[in-house]
Amino acid sequence: MTTLETVAGADRRPDRPPARRDRRSWAGWGFIGPFVLVFAFVFLAPIVYSVHLSLFRDQLIGGTTFVGLDNYQQALQDEQFWSSLSRVSLFLLIQVPIMLGIALLVALALDSGRLYGRDFFRISIFLPYAVPAVVATLMWGFMYGTRFGLVSDVNDALGVSLPDPLSPGLVLASIGNIVTWEFVGYNMLIFYSALRVIPNSLYEAAEMDGAGQIRVITAIKLPAIRGALVIATIFSIIGSFQLFNEPSILQKLAPNAITTSYTPNFYTYSLSFSGQQHNYSATVAIVMGLITMVIAYVVQLRGMRKES
Amino acid sequence: MSSPSTTLPPVPAPAGRPGTVPRLRRRAGHTPSRPRRSLLLTVLTGLVLLYSLVPLAWLVISATKTQQGLADSFGLWFSGDFALWDNITETFGYHDGVFTRWLLNTVMYVVVGAGGATLLAVLGGYALAKFAFPGKRAVFAVVIGAVAVPGTALAVPTFLMFSTMGLTDTPWAVIIPSLISPFGLYLMWVFASQAVPDELLEAARIDGAGEIRTFFQVVLPLLAPGIVTVLLFTVVATWNNYFLPLIMLKDPDWYPLTLGLNSWNAQAATAGGEPVFHLVITGSLITVLPLIAAFLLLQKYWQSGLAAGSVKE
Repeated sequence: MTTLETVAGADRRPDRPPARRDRRSWAGWGFIGPFVLVFAFVFLAPIVYSVHLSLFRDQLIGGTTFVGLDNYQQALQDEQFWSSLSRVSLFLLIQVPIMLGIALLVALALDSGRLYGRDFFRISIFLPYAVPAVVATLMWGFMYGTRFGLVSDVNDALGVSLPDPLSPGLVLASIGNIVTWEFVGYNMLIFYSALRVIPNSLYEAAEMDGAGQIRVITAIKLPAIRGALVIATIFSIIGSFQLFNEPSILQKLAPNAITTSYTPNFYTYSLSFSGQQHNYSATVAIVMGLITMVIAYVVQLRGMRKES
Repeated sequence: MSSPSTTLPPVPAPAGRPGTVPRLRRRAGHTPSRPRRSLLLTVLTGLVLLYSLVPLAWLVISATKTQQGLADSFGLWFSGDFALWDNITETFGYHDGVFTRWLLNTVMYVVVGAGGATLLAVLGGYALAKFAFPGKRAVFAVVIGAVAVPGTALAVPTFLMFSTMGLTDTPWAVIIPSLISPFGLYLMWVFASQAVPDELLEAARIDGAGEIRTFFQVVLPLLAPGIVTVLLFTVVATWNNYFLPLIMLKDPDWYPLTLGLNSWNAQAATAGGEPVFHLVITGSLITVLPLIAAFLLLQKYWQSGLAAGSVKE
């Protein structure tokens, strides 16, 4: 690192010889180097390794053999994989718009300056983000429960029988509720931060044109935070496709409703840790990663195209 | 957080920016810059507030109940006996105080993992924002591309790789992957671009300060709000991490709180297992409180850091 210390001396001359650029380059690498090193170890190496794994298969007889793309072929015909994928797709299509819609409405309400106690609202709605997914799921799981849950309290108090949130028909919606609860505040904060940096001059122009609140929202605020909306959507899509914690923890409370291939991620986990099918597990993980990247990319293209 | 002030002629200030524009109309009425507070809007937003806070209230109330009280009483009100202190004592004492061990493990993972992640993100973000170096575009493309790769999709291959290297079932298996936060790097890059003026760096160099000295004495203070923001988000990610330790660790002595709580909860489902729901709930409360306290205490810093981060989007 001592080379970095000497760089400044070369800067003193205004004519800037070419040598200076090279040394400055090294200074940049000195700062980013550690990140790149660890990144290569925990991101790039596992990707390469899983591609390698996906090309082999563990045979009972003959040990590990190279099988080419056989694992991929198997994955594409795997009904358990496709049903888990369609389950998270359904989840994504319903839960993400609800969550982002609520987050956006709250952010706009906070930004309008029309709320009493704005700061209290902002920080309180954000707080669930600080709750670990494990605790959030255990909490909601208890509340859903029929033993000492709120659902059973309501049933007893009102003499009704609400449907069981942990029944096979409702458990996906119950998971959606947990995820929404965890991330509404986080997304709200992203939108709100983006709204706060819209230049005043835009509002002044709108004011002179006689634009109302709704018009200001549709013509100024929403276009101005499009970037934040696209990023939040992409993160939510990735999050939905990765769904694991909530279903795996709820499974103990709802063993009949949640199978070990409930989501793609749960499936790869089960393949690897209960089934010892490491090679096939890596293949499913790669296929899922590719699908996620393609969809995230398409959303980004669409989101940015409207901007022009 | 303040918006750029305007040089336009005095027009009514825009909605939603109280105080940022010179208040030229001092009428008692409601100018657009001081919009009338809306009770209806407050009540509607209050519904989301209730949704966010009721489960937390449930957690606090439930932590005061005995196992029997949990089953017998209404979830959102206290039962007759106030057992919070007993529950806390029992949580820390149960199974020879293993909860304390998990708490200390979590603190270690957070200090080394989140601390290291923040350090790497700050150094890297500063480099991306303020240096020209060969390969910068490549670094950028790879990191941004990798953000789109689902982290958990990588978890199983990472486990297999670590397993062949003998790193699984050691704290390193949890700490090393925690050291990389692409979101932190992105946030720090955007923040450093805005918060560190090029002229200041030039001045420091002309005064003969080396890169390292410039970084510590000139740059670091300017980055403080961004660093607090990144630190808080990496702390949350590490404190709340579940999937990574779940696959990496077998030995309960290395568990973080999240895994430990889940194992207590799962205990009731096993044959002959003793249900300890009151301890799961009290332990959950103890797990949540430090992060909520951190967010409340550091509000000013991380919110200004986030606002700056959103400018570039």
